[in-house]
Amino acid sequence: MSTHRRTTHCFRWLFSRLFYLILLSVVCTPAYSRLNIEIFGGGADRIPIAIVPFADENRLQQSITEVVSADLYRSGMFRMVDPGGLRPHAPADVVYSNWSERGAGALVIGRTIPMPNGQVEVQFRLMDVARQSQLAAHAAVVPMNQLRAAAHHIADIIYEALTGEVGVFSTRIAYVLKQGNKYALQIADADGYNEHSIIEYTEPIISPAWSPDGSQIAYVSFENKKPVIYVQTLATRQRKAVANFTGSNSAPAWSPDGRKLAVVLSLHGGSQIYLINADGSGLQRLTRSSSIDTEPSFSPDGRHIIFTSDRGGSPQIYRIPVTASESTTAERLTFEGSYNVSPDYNQDGRSFTFIHRHNGRFNVAVQDIATRQMQILTNSQFDESPSFAPNGRMILYATEIGGRGILSAVSRDGSTRQNLSVQAGDIREPAWGPLPRKR
Amino acid sequence: MKKIAGVLIISLLSACASQTTQPTEVDEYSTGGYNGSGGSGADSSAYGSGGSGFYPMNDPGSILSQRSVFFDYDSFTVKSEYRDMVIAHAQFLRDNPNAQVILQGNTDDRGSREYNLALGQRRADSVKNIMTLSGASNAQIEAVSFGEEKPRAYGNGESAWSQNRRADIVYRGE
Repeated sequence: MSTHRRTTHCFRWLFSRLFYLILLSVVCTPAYSRLNIEIFGGGADRIPIAIVPFADENRLQQSITEVVSADLYRSGMFRMVDPGGLRPHAPADVVYSNWSERGAGALVIGRTIPMPNGQVEVQFRLMDVARQSQLAAHAAVVPMNQLRAAAHHIADIIYEALTGEVGVFSTRIAYVLKQGNKYALQIADADGYNEHSIIEYTEPIISPAWSPDGSQIAYVSFENKKPVIYVQTLATRQRKAVANFTGSNSAPAWSPDGRKLAVVLSLHGGSQIYLINADGSGLQRLTRSSSIDTEPSFSPDGRHIIFTSDRGGSPQIYRIPVTASESTTAERLTFEGSYNVSPDYNQDGRSFTFIHRHNGRFNVAVQDIATRQMQILTNSQFDESPSFAPNGRMILYATEIGGRGILSAVSRDGSTRQNLSVQAGDIREPAWGPLPRKR
Repeated sequence: MKKIAGVLIISLLSACASQTTQPTEVDEYSTGGYNGSGGSGADSSAYGSGGSGFYPMNDPGSILSQRSVFFDYDSFTVKSEYRDMVIAHAQFLRDNPNAQVILQGNTDDRGSREYNLALGQRRADSVKNIMTLSGASNAQIEAVSFGEEKPRAYGNGESAWSQNRRADIVYRGE
């Protein structure tokens, strides 16, 4: 009984310590980011992990431990175990019984070694406490300004070793920041840091979409007094209007091979889905209905497109083969409720996320394609634009708190949520970028 | 484009030659002067500096000064109270083959931005449909949508929403 109470007390203390740590990291580093991060909830089956502060890291501009801890905690998959005063930095220094007593199933140790040329060597090991063995290890020499990236990479290795799923801590997100009448399409690391604008206008920008290799973003800009689709290369900032036809051009979605875009045009009346090469050539009509067909999303194998259509009287989600001919009938996927929109395929191809309206609320939902089972993941008022993390574990979406637009990410089972907000402005239209190319 | 715009000015001037001169006002609902490919920054100044040009669309007494069609929730039907106005614009286009309009569909901000863009398009298309049935030619009209992106009224509530469920008629070169 007393043990139980102590454990609970200890957990609360750890929780508050960790929260303080994260709060501190957010409060103390405004120079790095204007995005604020808050975390809520958590699953029951979290993996207990202890992270020993990396040796000599307090000499660096950026703590590795802090970033790794925040990444793992934010995923909702881990429970952070306080290392107390224990400071092993090498496997020989680890007394496993100390860690099993503290309830840690996994232990992270590491060190930072300053190099003469201003670079830093970062070493880490992930230890299995029960088996008293090493699960993973990694060492890399990085420039000072890449310490956060190095830490995200370590968090990815830990995440994958312990969950069997790919980590997404090294990915980026895109979103639109509206401040007054200014619109900026911004890119940030998945934790909200290193944000920067790739384009700014006094006219709206919507629907950013990452190319599968992460090198380009397609988006819709109203700078020409009507919606036009642009593709911008991130490295060069060069951009091109790839769909600027008579009428409206919107809702770009990349094919998995990056060669084509599905776009929505009003060129021939109504809003219909077309395929176009990524350079703007080779326009080809895909849907032929007298209804609204919009918000296309490719299946990961590139064979199908799911989209929103009101052909049945209310907006619902349908699926059509990309090889569809005029006689092809789209398959209706959603049947619950009278408003299901904004579908985005999970990378496993087996489910999709979308916005479901019920009782006047617009919420993030997930549906299994084979069983048609639907699960509502949020209970907020105005959720929009959900997009899956590339490992399918979290869903990033836009929502509203106190009349302001913020971003939120919810775990696939709905148990964990995190908010990203800015002090002055609305953020909206998020899109989770792809995994970085293999190192 | 410039050439077409130039012809448009002449046709407008001649169409209105017999009427009294009035100062030109830029429709504040319009999206402002077209730049780039529209190339009509010069057109606006021509209206302003010419002084002799009269623009019936801006005569408060003319039905053509009415430019907005409001819609019911989730509807794209042009209500009967707006039909005379839309038809008047269509007849103006028919009588002035060089005149061109952009129809800008809008929605309130509830729901998906892209779906709302499509709903706004449908409202613009509805107005276009009446115009082409009433004598305007297809080539004179471009129907586009702003969806929920450019609200006239802000706020959550029917008074704001009803202002934003709208299609605006904007003449090229205004």
